[in-house]
Amino acid sequence: MITKLAWRNIWFKPLNTILSIILLTSSVAIITVLILLEKQFEEKFNSNIEGIDLVMGAQGSPLQLILSSVYQVDAPTGNISFDSAKVWMQNPMVKRAIPLAFGDNYKGFKILGTTSEYLEKYGAKISEGKIFEKNFEVVVGSEAAQKLNLAIGDEFFGSHGSAEEGEVHEHYAYKVVGIISATGKVVDNLIISNIPSVWQMHGSHEEEAHEDEENPVHGEVGHIHEEGDEHEHHEHEITIDEPGMEITSVLLQMRNPMAKLTWQRIIPQNTKMQAASPAIEINRLFTLFGVGIDALRYLAYGIMLISGISIFIALFNTLKERKNEFALLRVNGAGRRQLLKLVLIESLLLCIVGFIFGTILGRVGLMLISKSSESDFKLSFNPYEFIWDKEGWLLLLTLLVGIVAALIPAIKAYTLNISKTLAHA
Amino acid sequence: MISTKGITFSYTEDQLFHMPDLHCDAGSTILITGDSGKGKTTYLHILAGLLKPKTGEIFVDKTNIASLSEAKGDKFRGKHIGLVLQKSIFIAAFTVLENLEMASWLATGKKNTERAKRLLEQLDIADQAGKLPSQLSIGQQQRVSIARALMSEPKVLLADEPTSSLDDKNAEKVIKLLTDLSKEYKAALVIVTHDARIKEKFINKITMV
Repeated sequence: MITKLAWRNIWFKPLNTILSIILLTSSVAIITVLILLEKQFEEKFNSNIEGIDLVMGAQGSPLQLILSSVYQVDAPTGNISFDSAKVWMQNPMVKRAIPLAFGDNYKGFKILGTTSEYLEKYGAKISEGKIFEKNFEVVVGSEAAQKLNLAIGDEFFGSHGSAEEGEVHEHYAYKVVGIISATGKVVDNLIISNIPSVWQMHGSHEEEAHEDEENPVHGEVGHIHEEGDEHEHHEHEITIDEPGMEITSVLLQMRNPMAKLTWQRIIPQNTKMQAASPAIEINRLFTLFGVGIDALRYLAYGIMLISGISIFIALFNTLKERKNEFALLRVNGAGRRQLLKLVLIESLLLCIVGFIFGTILGRVGLMLISKSSESDFKLSFNPYEFIWDKEGWLLLLTLLVGIVAALIPAIKAYTLNISKTLAHA
Repeated sequence: MISTKGITFSYTEDQLFHMPDLHCDAGSTILITGDSGKGKTTYLHILAGLLKPKTGEIFVDKTNIASLSEAKGDKFRGKHIGLVLQKSIFIAAFTVLENLEMASWLATGKKNTERAKRLLEQLDIADQAGKLPSQLSIGQQQRVSIARALMSEPKVLLADEPTSSLDDKNAEKVIKLLTDLSKEYKAALVIVTHDARIKEKFINKITMV
């Protein structure tokens, strides 16, 4: 009955109540988003760098190299010579070296040339079909397959580069031979082929240009280029052993932790390449983000403080009008403690309602963030995850705000002089 | 039944009120009259256990409420003493019926909706049960106050100037209701008033000077 009264009371003055709840909701929502985002972001980033000690690639920004090669979000720094990279890949200090060659994209999903070791590194299994064997055979990540509606046997043309609007390579069609099981890592959003596919796709491009200039070499006057015919021009299939080719980067796992450090120095000293450590770069990235996240967090706590003050003012203001009501309850047999309870429950109800709305709103917000980051970076977040310990603390903090805000009004109600109040009613 | 003996009260050290002794049996009525500032309301609050007297005893049936602790006093008041206040005070966020239920719940832990409905019926305001108190006329509000005071089947019914804000017709009605109901529910009725309209209606009177 006290709780019922408390509930009725907070809705009897709806404007005050709504203000308090809006403030609480927004602060809880911001903090919830931050909690979820931070955790899932770090998880995503850390799970993807597992087993990658160094990334070897063209010189430039090391962060860009990591972002492009490990997370597939940025443009690559450039190309490196596969022959000179091989020298380092075959070094005995290297435990595992996975070469990567970026080629094209299909409707915004990157087509990555690599070896089957890349799939093993991410623990990705072929759930349907088989792994790529021949050139232009591809396996598709689970999410890419679902969003692009690709199934085994489907063929498609890639667009050049990483932009969806890039020039379409119509000479060769990729053929889907396998679908990869979901891993929760970057692989899910990739289309993966072998490296020679990438070479051949782009090699053909250059040869074609070449061919246009020196058309007479073929000697067929009056030959009309028809689409089907073009394939015939490139009979020999490029293999991984083709000399003088270029790749984008190499993911390295080292046997020796010292080598992780020394290679970062040795490689740029001796070659035109660089070796960047994902752990260091991601740490740097988090530090950069950290400033923004901290600022947002302080803002959220600030709003929570204001909502506490708003609850306090609302309770305190109505206290004057409700003095008579409190005296009446005492006349009817309510003890001092029951009045104390009433005021506290009112404040706590506001806080609980605010917390529930905030938790929901935060997740709606995360869903929206996830949608936009998904389309921009192929990075999605799970709004349905509950982080019990951190969100539990948030609930406790919210309730604490409610108790502190209600403290003075509650004490006033507790110490109310009934006789005096009634005499002046 | 309520009776008092040798009650004195003081707000400050140098000021002492001597309250006249009174005795009122179940079902009968006593009027406390006197000019403003003579401590009529104070006396009523002492009788209700809202104020502690400096000396003296107040017996409600066999309990000396002056000797009860505060928490016990609250419980005792809720259960055995009904108070009709000078101005109608209600829980603004509750309906008329819920106001009555709340009074019963605080006293006994039970809502006692049946009794609330019956009292509203008797007071001829059953059709107002679902309204908020603020939507009622002053006369209706006063009747709800009476119903509320009777919710816990009190042994004593105390009324503080119950007619001061009412017109002649309503005042007469309220007094009749109070006396009739206190007889019916076997409560001792104590009315504090300076209202000349009702003084002549009662024989049993104490005047505070």
